[in-house]
Amino acid sequence: MTVNMWKAADVARKVIDNKELFILDVRNADAFEDWKIEGHQFDYLNIPYFELLDGVEEILPRIPTDKDVLVVCAKEGSSVMVAEMLSDAGLTVGYLEGGMKSWSMYLEPIKVGDLADGGELYQFVRLGKGCLSYMVVSGDEAAIIDAVRFTEVFTKFAEEKNITIKHVFDTHLHADHISGGRAIAAATGATYYLPPKDAEEVVYDYTPLEDGLTVKVGTSQINVGAVYSPGHTIGSTSFVVDGKYLLTGDILFIDSIGRPDLAGLAEDWVADLRESLYVRYRALAEDLIVCPAHFMIIDELNEDGTVAKRLGDLFAENHGLNVEDEKVFRSMVTDNLPPQPHAYQEIRHVNMGKIMPTDEEQTEMEIGPNRCAVR
Amino acid sequence: MVVKADVQLDAKGLACPMPIVRTKKAMNELEEGQVLEVQATDKGSKADLAAWAKTVGHQYIGTSEVGEILFHYIRKCNPETSEQEEKTFEATIANEEIVNRDGLILDVREAAEFAFGHVPGAKSIPMGELEMRMKELDMNQEIYVICRTGTRSDMAAKTLAKAGFTKVYNVLPGMTGWTGELSKEL
Repeated sequence: MTVNMWKAADVARKVIDNKELFILDVRNADAFEDWKIEGHQFDYLNIPYFELLDGVEEILPRIPTDKDVLVVCAKEGSSVMVAEMLSDAGLTVGYLEGGMKSWSMYLEPIKVGDLADGGELYQFVRLGKGCLSYMVVSGDEAAIIDAVRFTEVFTKFAEEKNITIKHVFDTHLHADHISGGRAIAAATGATYYLPPKDAEEVVYDYTPLEDGLTVKVGTSQINVGAVYSPGHTIGSTSFVVDGKYLLTGDILFIDSIGRPDLAGLAEDWVADLRESLYVRYRALAEDLIVCPAHFMIIDELNEDGTVAKRLGDLFAENHGLNVEDEKVFRSMVTDNLPPQPHAYQEIRHVNMGKIMPTDEEQTEMEIGPNRCAVR
Repeated sequence: MVVKADVQLDAKGLACPMPIVRTKKAMNELEEGQVLEVQATDKGSKADLAAWAKTVGHQYIGTSEVGEILFHYIRKCNPETSEQEEKTFEATIANEEIVNRDGLILDVREAAEFAFGHVPGAKSIPMGELEMRMKELDMNQEIYVICRTGTRSDMAAKTLAKAGFTKVYNVLPGMTGWTGELSKEL
């Protein structure tokens, strides 16, 4: 019948609106096993395209006719081939433009909430990779926290709102994705901040992000205050925005906590991680809304697609915040950790400014899920 | 080092799925046991080609990267016959034993298979060249003939015995069961 081209944004809508979708993923089994498009109500069939070269007849009975069917592959080519074969067999199906590559890159800006005097907090949800970036907007100014490398999404967003990006922060030196912070600062003249303890090896200039540092954004002077919270890395720093939101970086997630091993020092940083989660965060107001830099599973998304939850609720529900015994905690965050993110050492070196890979190489480095948490 | 193959396929500049589509077509033209070299620039072709070969029963030998180009090597197998053939040459020797003995390890697999990993010190004479190159071998030396699964080496051992070699052994199970050191020539 027909083949429709879907954009990553169309798939994102299905995820956020909690819609059904049948995904025929034609990448090879290892790739599918490692990483796929997650949705609340998605069903999957994984058959590598190279098993379908002689025809799709055998899989036809396994493809539903009562819901949307989307064929997905790594870059697009194979999904187009399989979609056309299915179409020739009488089905109406879609393929994902740009494949998993475009899914990994797609960012959906969603408003988390209002700040004082008309200010707003936006979360940029990178559904394919589980990365979350933030923009604090107030009057004609903005601050960005933990920007991913697709800098145009942020600069265009700011242009459309007619605001100037004044401050760009990274809560820590990221190991799972390439930061867009420095590039945004360079393009807009904003100040780029990084925790100095994470920056010992960086080869560029930055403004130190120290505990207690406060910047004011816009005419209404929205407070963005830094709270030193080491443990995922030694420099990891959180932010309290307008006394309402707690941006936790990779220290605390909705359903998990940060892992201390990605810079190679798990044993040394366990105590810091515990201190940050069990002492420093405990001292903060329970009504703060936690906004992390990642989500791991689709269940962490709220109904509107945002990833945010009251700190007090996390104290009650998040397993990682409820391990009484220090030894048990230590073993939880140092033993049996999930595999480290793909190419995390190279990614750290990119974020230090030591290597400058091409766009394509950066895409390769970021393939796969983020793995910054322990549950 | 250039790896020898029977047939070459240029799939450079082609995006997925074309490298595999072309490879499948090219493999149809090959004789059983022949090796195809696929030149590709699509990075994903490596994992896909290996997985495809496995599903259809061909032997994926390996990939070497030279600059931007990936050189993949695949040997055509017929899964119905090749692994099942009976090995009838009587003198056999286990993988583990050949390293401790003084004789010659003779590897009769294709040049590409040899290049991607062989027992250190082994001599390469592909099965198809054996009759012609037999004079390179010393009749007074013990010869341990090895291949991937013991089938080709079984045939080679018989060929050598027929030509008058008396100290010939077929190595079992062959390279598929080899856990020791490997030399590469890439």
